[in-house]
Amino acid sequence: MGVQGIGARALRKEDKRFITGKGRYTDDMVLPRMTYAAFVRSPHAHAKIKGIDASAALAMPGVEAVLTGEQLVGDGIGNLICGWMIHSKDGSPMNMGAWRALEPETVRFVGQAVAVVIADTQGQARDAADAVVVDYEELPAVVDMSAAMAPGAPQLHPEAPGNVIYDWEIGDEAATNAAFDSAAHVTRLDITNNRLVPNPMEPRAALADYDTAEEHYTLYTTSQNPHVARLVLSAFYNVAPEHKLRVIAPDVGGGFGSKIFIYPEEIVALWASKRVGRPVKWVSDRTEAFLTDAHGRDHKTEAELALDANNKITGFRVKTVANLGAYMSLFSSSVPTYLYATLLSGQYDIPNIHCNVKTVYTNTTPVDAYRGAGRPEATFLVERIIETAAREVGMSPAEFRRKNFIQAFPHQTPVIMCYDAGDYNATLDAALKAIDYDGFPARKSEAASRGKLRGLGLSCYIEACGIAPSAAVGSLGAGVGLWESAEVRVNPVGTIEVLTGSHSHGQGHETTFAQLISERFGVDTDAVSIVHGDTDKVQFGMGTYGSRSGAVGMSAIVKALDKVEAKAKKIAAHLMEASEGDIQIEGGELKVAGTDKKLSFTEVALAAYTAHNLPEGMEPGLKEGAFYDPSNFTFPAGTYACEVEVDPDTGKTEIVNFVAADDFGKVINPMIVEGQVHGGLTQGIGQALLENAAYDENGQLVTASYMDYAMPRADDVPSYNLLTTETICPGNPLGMKGCGEAGAIGSPPAVINAITDAIGNNHLSMPATAEKVWLAAQPGLSQAAE
Amino acid sequence: MMSKVTMRLNGKTVSADVEDRTLLVHFIRETQGLTGTHVGCDTSQCGACVVHVDGKAVKSCTMLAAQADGSDVLTVEGLANGDELHPVQAAFRENHGLQCGFCTPGMIMTAVDMIERHGAKLDEKTIRHELEGNICRCTGYHNIVKAIKAASDQMAGMKTATE
Repeated sequence: MGVQGIGARALRKEDKRFITGKGRYTDDMVLPRMTYAAFVRSPHAHAKIKGIDASAALAMPGVEAVLTGEQLVGDGIGNLICGWMIHSKDGSPMNMGAWRALEPETVRFVGQAVAVVIADTQGQARDAADAVVVDYEELPAVVDMSAAMAPGAPQLHPEAPGNVIYDWEIGDEAATNAAFDSAAHVTRLDITNNRLVPNPMEPRAALADYDTAEEHYTLYTTSQNPHVARLVLSAFYNVAPEHKLRVIAPDVGGGFGSKIFIYPEEIVALWASKRVGRPVKWVSDRTEAFLTDAHGRDHKTEAELALDANNKITGFRVKTVANLGAYMSLFSSSVPTYLYATLLSGQYDIPNIHCNVKTVYTNTTPVDAYRGAGRPEATFLVERIIETAAREVGMSPAEFRRKNFIQAFPHQTPVIMCYDAGDYNATLDAALKAIDYDGFPARKSEAASRGKLRGLGLSCYIEACGIAPSAAVGSLGAGVGLWESAEVRVNPVGTIEVLTGSHSHGQGHETTFAQLISERFGVDTDAVSIVHGDTDKVQFGMGTYGSRSGAVGMSAIVKALDKVEAKAKKIAAHLMEASEGDIQIEGGELKVAGTDKKLSFTEVALAAYTAHNLPEGMEPGLKEGAFYDPSNFTFPAGTYACEVEVDPDTGKTEIVNFVAADDFGKVINPMIVEGQVHGGLTQGIGQALLENAAYDENGQLVTASYMDYAMPRADDVPSYNLLTTETICPGNPLGMKGCGEAGAIGSPPAVINAITDAIGNNHLSMPATAEKVWLAAQPGLSQAAE
Repeated sequence: MMSKVTMRLNGKTVSADVEDRTLLVHFIRETQGLTGTHVGCDTSQCGACVVHVDGKAVKSCTMLAAQADGSDVLTVEGLANGDELHPVQAAFRENHGLQCGFCTPGMIMTAVDMIERHGAKLDEKTIRHELEGNICRCTGYHNIVKAIKAASDQMAGMKTATE
């Protein structure tokens, strides 16, 4: 591949195995004497378990065992945890109900596991799971979050009276109320952020293997963060101490947040492998994925924006209820609080913000981080109400935004965040130019002549990535530090292995990270390999989510490279009898400045390992490690412009142009970054137009397959027009901000702003299906679309 | 109930006794150990399992192994000519038409079939319409569409050159 440094559109090193069918995903692993697990799952949203009769199942061919929650609890397996403590505004800790990997007493959502069958083949395990008879006593269920808080609602957990998990607030309530008291104009908007199912194409899977001689477990699993999985499995679920548990996340087929969490199935697979003395494999089918993968979003919000007589924003008042489902998933508590309300200032200079968030239990699948996690909910709210306010006061939405933009950095918002760098006018200008904002009225007229309604919508998003520094998130309730680690091993022949705690499940780290080494040492990217996803190889790491692998993960690599470079220069200076300060690294060689003396990187590496002639007191070898803890979040931002045409006869929306202008700071590989944006935009457009996790009143998920849940297909979305501007992030050595989630965060309000502009009715909820858009476009039926 | 199933798989004759209910995708993945063909759903919607049966793209989860008895089956593992990638495989790499790689084998097998049926006439609209049976959650389809168009153009050029 040659030397390909920062900024190169390097083709991906990992692609060859994927395009030839040689990827190795968890379900591709086969171990001798392997068994298969099939879970017995609750068909009811809320029920007491009065008994489990496994006798018929146990008599079926190939069945090794049927295991229940009673046995799991009896063996001391710990309850599932939530790793982020939130305190209510009265100071009380969040009300957390017990969640067991196999439930022995009361099921609280359809799909919750109550038993597991272990058998010789997957078919036998599934047949026998169907033969396990569970005696349920049905209880009334509650699905709607407002109904869950109403007096007399069915109660899910004794620990959470009224089903309220916490009642939290941020910002100065009195000052915000005062801003409203003196406002010249107040814009009000009620917003629903629809529940989504993440749907990575590879379903979750686990293969657990217990070694009786070593008392050691190996778990292959579909994880975005294998070290976090090992930590939680060891420290909280009591499966095994860390040195007796190896977690391997091999090729992982997408995650989008849903593979951060340690789910009941991984715990049960490990526990069962010891119980039956054979390896246990479980592979989710798609229906199980819909029922048990943590869902995303699901907020209801009432918001008000106060303006002064000059149309400057003076206050933002927000009341949100977030549905966390039947149990608190691993990071669920942080999503509608510190990942949401801290972004309510958007790109705007808003002096007063107050936000109250109540989270509630309902008899639905647990809700946790999904691509963007809190930031899409904040952005949808901010960009919808900003657009609404501009329309109400009769200003151009672009100019209204520009008038209220933050202009100087650093900027301290009223909701914790201190934005370090940005240029919001630059991305707005780039997007307006690319979509030909000034030419829109002519296009609208032309569309009208064809009987089509044309609309243009903007979204100026900001988000926070990295989710660090550790001390800061610790003070806000995080149970873990959010740094990253790296180790750079230069081999005696000069090839380089980089061990990283980040995990790639589609992001292309094997290429991007290698480009960093190539840039630094002038070596061929083929001479570099990136090692990740195995707790036996990489000492520790926090994994990949929150668009953190560049800004945090690569920064750790930079720190390790600094140490390697310093040592290599010392060795080279010694060998060439030069001053260390005169050594320069260029084109894979260490040169003495101003002379023709030089050594290849390989010669220096070999010298480090032969150790025949090293500087006095220097240890042999060329290998260095580093931990990197950021000094701040990073703040990617941009403007998305969406232009649509609506067919008023059918309500069908077509996106005719979509421009994304992003500021991600320094970009390592533009090709990969564009790919991240394409994917994020499509997930965001999916939320805006197609996707919705719908429950009936009994708590049955009625969209539990691809027949019923509308995943975006190729002909639902356009080709995209992408632009980037660049302000360097001052908080990390490469100046990176992160790009993984921006598309999903910024796009939904651009789409809805465009459709509401087209139809001339602001009342439209997501997903804006043809039926809803048609209704919203009908005079007299407009409220029906909400 | 077990049945003996024999087929040509990537040019080699293979044979095995399998349960009658064995799907073609499980015969390929588990009985034959070719794990490039993936299972992404249970309703024949996602297309991660697309292979070619007697020259036509088929979702291998919709077909029993026994129904493929006597057929010629091609999976993603059989597409390249030794070390020489098929033009569609190469185009997916050159156009960054994949991220996590899970839908990729099915996408590639669908794309090869699509190009063979449409030849040089493939435009973006047709490609997007023809991809309705394949779901990708990573790429947003943008670069998949580009890759298929590029491969279609290249293969049309190759065909002209040999005529």
